Amino acid sequence: MARIAGVNIPTGKRVAIALTYIFGIGPASAVKICKESNISSDRRVNELTEDEVMSIREIIDNHYQVEGDLRRETAMNIKRLMDLGCYRGLRHRRGLPVRGQRTHTNARTRKGPSKPVAGKKK
Amino acid sequence: MPRSVWKGPFVDGYLLKKAEVTRSSERNTVIKTWSRRSTILPQFVGLTFGVYNGQKFIPVMITEEMIGHKLGEFSPTRAYMGHGVDKKAKRG
Repeated sequence: MARIAGVNIPTGKRVAIALTYIFGIGPASAVKICKESNISSDRRVNELTEDEVMSIREIIDNHYQVEGDLRRETAMNIKRLMDLGCYRGLRHRRGLPVRGQRTHTNARTRKGPSKPVAGKKK
Repeated sequence: MPRSVWKGPFVDGYLLKKAEVTRSSERNTVIKTWSRRSTILPQFVGLTFGVYNGQKFIPVMITEEMIGHKLGEFSPTRAYMGHGVDKKAKRG
């Protein structure tokens, strides 16, 4: 079990895959981290030595924004838009799509499960 | 796709002049404008624009945070009043 960047405990997977379990690290940056720390991305996490884990930890700490910090930043960006009173902020407040998508149909990801329309019987 | 940086921000020319005039006159009048497409520049901070939304001029106080946005973003063009709940009640 390896703890990297706070809470994440990816185990018997390939290093490049395991790293993507960290919020803020996708496949691309995972491979990059492996290259930078000279660890073959095909090795498993439980085969790594303590030093290798440390070097990965260091790279992430110094060059990447992950987990809580990243979540906070995105939340702050959205909050900024909402406080500003601009169009995008209004859409965020309403829980509607922000980037000009149609809402006549679809947009279910933003709107949540459909609510039945009352009335109109017979 | 965002606008090319080498072009610089887009602002309607007359708006720049008007902003300068109101700035130097030091009277805080609302600048009425139809130019929703103009970018908000740093020299607009503190001024109030009346941005047309197709019906009315919506007063917009420019703050530092708004720099880089367009004027139109602060003057919604659609008024959504919600759906009428009851066709049934009227009928009955």
